[in-house]
Amino acid sequence: MPPAAKHVAALKAALFVVALAPLGRLVLGALAFPDWLGANPGEFIDRDTGRWTLRFLLATLAVTPLRALTGWGWLLRLRRMLGLFAFFYGVMHLSSYVAFRRVFDAAEIARDLAERPFMTAGFAALVLMVPLALTSTDAMVRRLGARHWQALHRLIYLIAPLGVLHYWFMVKRDITQPAIYAALLAVLLLWRVAAWHGRRRTARSRSPARADAGRTGPLTGV
Amino acid sequence: MLIRRANRIAHAEVTPRRIYERRREFLKLAAAGPILGAAGMLAHGAAAQEKTLGLARLEGVARSRYSTDEPLTAYRHVTTYNNFYEFGTEKDDPARRAGRMRVRPWTVAVEGEVARPRTFGIEELLAFPLEERIYRLRCVEAWSMVIPWIGFEFRHLAKLVEPTSRAKFVEFVSALQPENMPGTRLPVLEWPYVEGLRIDEAMHPLTILAVGLYGEVLPNQNGAPVRLVVPWKYGFKSAKSVVRIRFVERQPLTSWEKAAPHEYGFYSNVNPNRDHPRWSQKRERRIPDFFARRETQIFNGYGEQVASLYAGMDLAKFY
Repeated sequence: MPPAAKHVAALKAALFVVALAPLGRLVLGALAFPDWLGANPGEFIDRDTGRWTLRFLLATLAVTPLRALTGWGWLLRLRRMLGLFAFFYGVMHLSSYVAFRRVFDAAEIARDLAERPFMTAGFAALVLMVPLALTSTDAMVRRLGARHWQALHRLIYLIAPLGVLHYWFMVKRDITQPAIYAALLAVLLLWRVAAWHGRRRTARSRSPARADAGRTGPLTGV
Repeated sequence: MLIRRANRIAHAEVTPRRIYERRREFLKLAAAGPILGAAGMLAHGAAAQEKTLGLARLEGVARSRYSTDEPLTAYRHVTTYNNFYEFGTEKDDPARRAGRMRVRPWTVAVEGEVARPRTFGIEELLAFPLEERIYRLRCVEAWSMVIPWIGFEFRHLAKLVEPTSRAKFVEFVSALQPENMPGTRLPVLEWPYVEGLRIDEAMHPLTILAVGLYGEVLPNQNGAPVRLVVPWKYGFKSAKSVVRIRFVERQPLTSWEKAAPHEYGFYSNVNPNRDHPRWSQKRERRIPDFFARRETQIFNGYGEQVASLYAGMDLAKFY
C-alpha cells in the first residue's frame, strides 16, 4: 500500500536533515572541534565533499532499480532531493579546491583544467550538473515537457562516470576506494542495460502476430 | 521584618591579605609567563611543553646550527598524520597499526662496497653523539611540517665502515614484518621498501639517521627505531625503520620508481618548478593550516647547503 502524502513529506524532511549532516560535521569541525578534521583539515574537506558528491550521485541512480525491485513507487519522490544534494556537495567540493588548495590562484586553476585530464573530468561533471539543477523545479519540468526533460536528465549517465573517473585518477597509489565506487556505478548502469534489454524482448514476444504479418505481408500481396 | 544583607561576601571569596599585598608581583609574573615560556622553549630547542606519548627520553642531545627556528608542528600531528604504507595507505593507519611492529631487538646491517662491513645493534646507534635537528619536511602530496628530529649525521656511521671507491650510491632497506604490517599484503608497492641516495647526498651533513622525535625515541609510526631523514627531498625518500644499508656501485631502483617511474624519480628533490604529473608542486599546506598558502621552496629551502650537489644537472630531467 502506498504511504500517505504526509508520510512522504516527513520522509523528505528527514532525508533533508540527514543529507545535511556531512556538511554539519565539516562546519562544526572547522569552527569548534579541530580534532574532527585532523591534521590536514583543508584536504579532509576536499576529500569528504568529493566522496559525498559521488555517494549522492550513486543514491540518485539507485532510485530506479530500487523502485523496480521493491515496488516502492514513492522512492521516486526522493530522487530530486538526492540529485540536488549531489550538486550541492559538488559545489562545496569545487569551492574547497579553489579556496583551500589553490588559494584562489586563477592561473594555477586554469593550468589544472588544461593540463590534467582528471581535473577536467571532475570540472566537466560539475558543469554538466548545472542544467540538471536548474531544470529540477516542477515549473521547469512542465516547460520542457516530460520527454525533453528526461532526455536532458540522462546526462547523469555521463556525469557519474566522469565523477568516478576523477576520483580514480586522483588517488596516489591505492585504488581500493575508487574501485568500490566504480563497481557500484557499474552495477547501477548494467542493471539499466539489462532492464532495457528485457523490455525490448518482452515487447517483441508480445507482438508475434504483427511481426508475422509484416514478414508475410509482401508475399500475400503477390 | 526581613532584612537582607545585600553585600554579604563569603569568607572564601576574600583574597587573603598576604596574596593581596603581593598583587603587583602577581600581575608582573602573569605578564612575563608566556614570554618566559617562549624563551625557555627557544633555549631548549624541542618544545618541552608539548604533550608527547611519554616514550623513553633521549639525554645529552646537542643543538644544531642546521635547525630552523620556524614554529614546530604539534607532536600529535606529526605522530597521527603521515605515510607509512607498510601499515596502510590512509594517513591515520600508521598511528593505529604500527604499535604491532617489533622494534627490539633491532640491528642495521651495513654492507656492500665497504672495507669493514658491520652490523650495528640499535643500542650502538643510540650511543652516537646525538643532535636535535629541526627540519622542514615536505611531502610529495603538497603538505609540510616542521619536525624536531634527534639523530646523527649519516656520514659519521659511514666513516666506520670505510666505503670503497666503488661506492657510488647508498641503498636503504626498510623492515618487512608481514605479520605485523597489514599494508604489505596489498600490492601497492614492492616490499621491502627500498630507497636510495647518491653517495655525496648521503654524506652531506644535512642527511641524518634519526632515532628520536621531540626529545623522545621515535614512535613506531614515524619509523622506529631508526630512520633516514633527508630534508631537501620529498618525504618518501626518508626511509623508515631501516634494517639494511648497502653501499653500491649502481643507482638503486627505489620502490616508488618501480611503482610509477614517470611520477617518482630517483632524485625527488623538492622542486616547485617540476610538477607531479597529476598535481602542482608550487604550493604547500603547512599542517594544520586549511590553506595551501606557503610557496614551496626549491630544495625545500635548503638550496644554500645542497644546490652545489646538482650543479650542471637538468633538474627537470633528473627529477
